[in-house]
Parts: sequence; structure tokens; C-alpha cells
Amino acid sequence: MSAIKVAELSVDLDRVPVLHAVSCAVASGGWLALIGPNGAGKTTLLRAVAGLLPHRGTILLDGADIGALRGRRRARLIAYVPQAPVLPPDMTVREYVLLGRTPHLGYLGSPSRHDRGTAAAAAERLDVARFADRRLGSLSGGERQRAVLARALAQEPGVLLLDEPTSDLDIGHQQQVLELVDDLRRSRGVTVLSTLHDLTQAGQYAGELVLLHAGRIEAAGAAAAVLTENLITRVYAAHVTVGTDPGGRPVVTPVRAIEP
Amino acid sequence: MKTSGRRLRVAWAFGVAAAFLVAATLASALVGAADLNPLATANAMLDHIPLVHLPSSLSPLDRAVLFQIRLPRIVVGLMVGGLLSVAGAGYQGVFRNPLVDSGMLGASAGAGLGATLAIAYLSGSHGPFGAGPGVVPVAAFAGSLAGVAIAYLAGAAGGSGPATLLLAGVAVGLFLTGVQTFILQRSAQDLQQVYSWLLGSLSGATWQQAAEIGPYAAVSVTIVLLHGRHLDVLSVGDEEARALGLHPGRIRLIVIAACALAAASAVAVSGLIGFVGIVVPHVVRRLAGTSYRLVLPLSLLAGAGFLVLADTLARTVLSPAELPIGVVTALVGAPVFVWILRSTAAVRT
Repeated sequence: MSAIKVAELSVDLDRVPVLHAVSCAVASGGWLALIGPNGAGKTTLLRAVAGLLPHRGTILLDGADIGALRGRRRARLIAYVPQAPVLPPDMTVREYVLLGRTPHLGYLGSPSRHDRGTAAAAAERLDVARFADRRLGSLSGGERQRAVLARALAQEPGVLLLDEPTSDLDIGHQQQVLELVDDLRRSRGVTVLSTLHDLTQAGQYAGELVLLHAGRIEAAGAAAAVLTENLITRVYAAHVTVGTDPGGRPVVTPVRAIEP
Repeated sequence: MKTSGRRLRVAWAFGVAAAFLVAATLASALVGAADLNPLATANAMLDHIPLVHLPSSLSPLDRAVLFQIRLPRIVVGLMVGGLLSVAGAGYQGVFRNPLVDSGMLGASAGAGLGATLAIAYLSGSHGPFGAGPGVVPVAAFAGSLAGVAIAYLAGAAGGSGPATLLLAGVAVGLFLTGVQTFILQRSAQDLQQVYSWLLGSLSGATWQQAAEIGPYAAVSVTIVLLHGRHLDVLSVGDEEARALGLHPGRIRLIVIAACALAAASAVAVSGLIGFVGIVVPHVVRRLAGTSYRLVLPLSLLAGAGFLVLADTLARTVLSPAELPIGVVTALVGAPVFVWILRSTAAVRT
């Protein structure tokens, strides 16, 4: 059970206000996608929930303030996958996935049989066990992303924070990764809070969307309410049309404003 | 299946490192100006192992050479090599930078300044302590630790990121070296003594030295070895390490302090010996992979053997004259280092 409630969250980076009293919530086992133009504050919100930034306001995980949680305890509940994770090129996939067990180890402890088993199961689940002995530097974009998710899964978290999990992936691998995340959410009740650039995909996978603009919430709710031509045109300064897919979800199509 | 294969590889790496250390020790005990009988020497050494009693035909003079000259030098060499290598590997983990050495962060420069001050004003030809080595090791030890402390404080002021710390270390090192050069210029009569100290030597090694740095060596090495797993986690960067529940700043402080103590202990008895802290951990990585849980203990073993071997060369190549050991480690170390870089690049591409 891992419901997140963010209330009146404000964050300054280098003394510049980046988030202004943002409030939003995700039910346990839900998927909330943060969308918005570059610099809107999506990553900052994610990092604050991960406990990595000083902030004002409250972030509650099942009613408990995450600011009061100690590092290891927090890391057992929340896994954070940055947009560009650092992958030491000479580390093997096996060693890397095992790092996910860090919050479960005592200060001088070393991974037990159980920890290795959990990491191996996570690797199996994300289909990276086949190349567990390969070095991270030799992996393709899709393999890297799955290895990173396997590390996050090895943490056995209640909450998965994903910053642009599909960046650098082709459309097929994008769908593959998003399906995997959705499957983890359904099968294990993991709560997902992610940023997503692709608006159509955000509407297809997340139950709720929050549109951020200049550090404030511009719109929030179901995909159909947030992904409107009007809002997207205004917030992104983009030219789009919004249709619907066979499942009735919005499809955002970019259009060229001036035909050559 | 795979797990046992990995264990085998780890056992093999430790076996190779231990065999190298033993071979280097034996070779060093047998080679030298006094021509000792190999079998008798081996017996005399084994006789000192508890529960082993072997008759040895070594003459009293030969025994004195072995136990009062060669063995203390070997033991100090083992300690210095192990300390420098562990400190180098530890720093490389803390700074996520493979080119960092045990002399980083103002450690070597601080030791150099400390030794220079001691030679010029305390123990040199005009100093109150008279000529002699007594006060130089203490000054080098203190200078080395002070150099790291100043660099750490200067770097921490600008945020405790590894890059800032490294830059602060370079700046502090340059400053301390500047002060040292200034002092040297004003006391040119001590130039020779300072210079020979700077190049490093184990020629004055005694059992007493080994006993004096023993406690510092034990404490610092234990602390660094216990943090191998943390250094592995740090390799994914501070932010992700924090997201995994670690305190990167705290771990960096602990490991830096332990590495500084290890390097200072080594410097106190050997002077400045370069390249060991870079070359040994890199060779180990080629053998055993990059996990610090293996790199640190293997560096300890391999570094100990490497330095004893280098010292054996230093005292035999131009016998009866001695080469500074820093010259040997540089002459052997630099080509090995280039070879490692080239072959590593080949693996990557």
C-alpha cells in the first residue's frame, strides 16, 4: 500500500523557485504521469518525492512524511530511476541489478543469498538475466533501460519514480518498457509516478495526468480532460490536433502550422 | 552453475595475488649483496613460523643479514606497497576517477613540505635535532594528513562533490609544493637530503618502523576494506546513491580519512613513491573486474608484492649502489600503465 499525497510543494533550485505550491495525489497501485514542456518542473517534482531535494510543503507516503524517513528506510519504499542513469561501463548487469538491494543491507552487511535471489528474480522478470555477465557499456538502449528497471525492481519498492523512462528508445521498445511498468503495477500493486514526453502514450498508460507549466499545475485529471487542443497549444506553444484511438483515448498529432 | 564459475574466478584471482606476494617475498629475501644459501635461508625463515622447527645451516652473520637487514626491509616494503595500493584504489572509488593516486588531495605535497621543513629547520645540519632521520617521518606523516585535511576543507566549502574536491586537492598541492620550493631555495645545503627523501627509499627500514606504522596501517586498511560495497554503489553517482539510501558525503569523508591515514603511514617510512597507487589497482581490475569488494583486498596483496619486487630491483640492479625505489616504480610503472590504457581501450571498442 503506497499512496502518495503531495501538498503545497514548493522547491527552489539555486534560489530560483521551480515549483510553486503544487498539490497532487496518486492512489496505491495507480499511475500518475507528469507532463509539460521542458523546464516545467516535472523532474524536480519527481526528485523531491524521491527525497533528494529540500522542499517546503509536505510529501506523504501512506500518510507519513517522507522528509522524516531516514535514507535507507525511504529507499526501501521508493525506487527512483533518473532520465539518464549513470551506468558504469565495466560493471556487469548482475552487479548492477544487485545494487538495488543496497537499502536492505546493514552498513557493513553484504548481500545474502536472499538478496542475490531477489536481484536474480528481478533480472529474470525484465529479461536481462540472459546477459547478466555482460558489461553495461556493451548494452543497447533497450537493454540498458531494462537493466535499470531491474535494479529498481530489486529494491522491492512500493513506489516507482520514473523520469522519462522511454527517452532514447525506439517506438517498439518504448511500448515494451511501458507495458512492463504497467504489468509491474498490476501484478505487484506498485504505485507509479512518472514523467512522460509523449502525450499520447501518457494518456494510454497513466490513469491520471498532471500538466505542469512553469512550476504550477495547469490541468489535472483523466487523459481526455487534460489532452485538449486548447491546453496543449497554449502550454506547449505547439500546433496539434487531438483525435481518439480505437480505445477512446486521445491521440495527439503534431501538425505543421505553415505548409511549405 | 554461473555462480560457481564466478566464485572460481574470484578464488583464482586471490590465489594469483597471494602467490605473487609470496614469490616476491622469497625472491627479495634471497637476493642481495650478501650471498645467502637459498635452502638455509628458507629454512631459517620457516623456522620462525609457530609449530615449525627446522634446522638451518645459516651462519650467525648470515642470520643477522637476513633478520636485521633484509626481513625488516621486506616487511616494511609489504606494508608500504599494500597501503599505497589500497589508498589509491580507495581514492579512485571515492572520486570515480581511475587516474587518482594515493598522493592526491595534497597528501604527497603535504608530506614533502613536512619532510622539507623537518630537514631544513629541525634535523638538518643546523637543526636542534642534528643530522639523522628521527623527526622526518613524523613531520612527513603529519604533513601528509594536514595536506589532505586542508584540501578536504577547501573543497567541501564549494559543495562536497568529487570534482570540486579533486580540484581543491590540486590547488592545495601546488600551493604546498610552492612553499616547499621556497624553503628549499633558502636552505640549499639540505637539497641533497630532501631530494633523496622525495624519491623514496626503504634502505633505512627497521623492525621498529614496521611496529610504529603497524597500528595506523591496520586501522586504515580495515576501514577502507569495509567500504568496498559502498564504493560500488557510489559508482552510479551521488544522486542515485542517495536514492539507494546511502550518504555519499559521509562515506566519502570516512574513506578519504582512512586512505589519507594509510598513505601517510606509508610515506612516513618510505618517502614519496609514485605510481604504485595507480598501477596496482588497474592491473587488479584487469584480472578480477571492477567491483571494489574485490579490487581493494586484491590491491592490498598485489601492491605489497609489487613494492617488494621493485625494492629488490632498486637494491640489486646497480649493486652495491641503490636506485631510489621511486625511480624503479616509475620506470616499471609508466610503461605498464600505458600498456593497460591501450589494452583497456581495445576492450572497450
